[in-house]
Amino acid sequence: MKKATKKKWSDYLWIAELCYLFLGLFNILFAWLGMLFFCIPLFVAIFGGSKAYCNRYCGRGQLLGLLGEKLKLSRNVPPPKFLRSPWFRYGFLTFFMIMFGLMLFSTYRVFTGAPLSQTVTLLWVFKLPWQWADVSFVAPWIGQFAFGFFGVMLTSTIVGLVTMVLFRPLSWCVYCPMGTMTQGICKLRNGKKSKEYGRTGKEDSRTAEGAGQ
Amino acid sequence: MILSRKMASIGKECVACGCCTRVCPKEAIQIAWGISARVDQEKCVGCGKCAKVCPAAVIDIVERGAAQ
Ligand code: SF4
Ligand code: SF4
Ligand code: SF4
Repeated sequence: MKKATKKKWSDYLWIAELCYLFLGLFNILFAWLGMLFFCIPLFVAIFGGSKAYCNRYCGRGQLLGLLGEKLKLSRNVPPPKFLRSPWFRYGFLTFFMIMFGLMLFSTYRVFTGAPLSQTVTLLWVFKLPWQWADVSFVAPWIGQFAFGFFGVMLTSTIVGLVTMVLFRPLSWCVYCPMGTMTQGICKLRNGKKSKEYGRTGKEDSRTAEGAGQ
Repeated sequence: MILSRKMASIGKECVACGCCTRVCPKEAIQIAWGISARVDQEKCVGCGKCAKVCPAAVIDIVERGAAQ
């Protein structure tokens, strides 16, 4: 029998994710709100030592789960082995951070006087003209960051949706840079404690070995 | 306490996404320290629901004792 689980407010954060995407389409400056999705998981991992954000509060994860499981848009097959390998996860994180760094650099260039580029870059190569956005009432670098950051958020959403359709609903979580970073922080912070706890033997010992790495 | 013959066993490539914790009918899995999922051997009934959703495909349903 299926257990009756009472829904909590945190189960509806997928709505926040959808609102974010729509708001960004209407006014690019809303892209700045995405910094919350970027900073909160890091703060939770650094100061709380947990992946509570991924486990309970990630609207993106919830959205992918809803589309894949409830709407059955996912083929629901395990992702290929290479995609699940540590080198791919860390390689993708490195690539993602380099692209993020380049985006910050172009923001800096606009800050120092370069002209604003009203484009949103999708999938790191496709530059979509975004002329309808009015950013004349803020400093150019604020607008530039919004264009760049919205591109990052749209790109990761698209990649997440494609992997959701092709593989299991939350396959994106296997190599999501935020997930990799927060797990890495938790490993650095809690690795030793976790290893000691694993020796108590009540839990599956295979996990205990892996967790302490 | 009678334990089921099978139980879930988590591999070390777990990404701690928490998908398995949401589907487990016995609340037998937890994400420990933000590092990896851990199965409470006493609570797990070996139903395999967690293994079906795990995006990293690291959950095996094994005979009790084989995971130790
Ligand atoms: S891995 Fe990424 S998408 Fe998945 S729950 Fe964590 S932050 Fe969200
Ligand atoms: S096999 Fe079933 S009972 Fe055991 S951890 Fe997985 S979902 Fe829970
Ligand atoms: S679903 Fe798989 S990868 Fe995610 S926490 Fe559970 S065992 Fe780990």
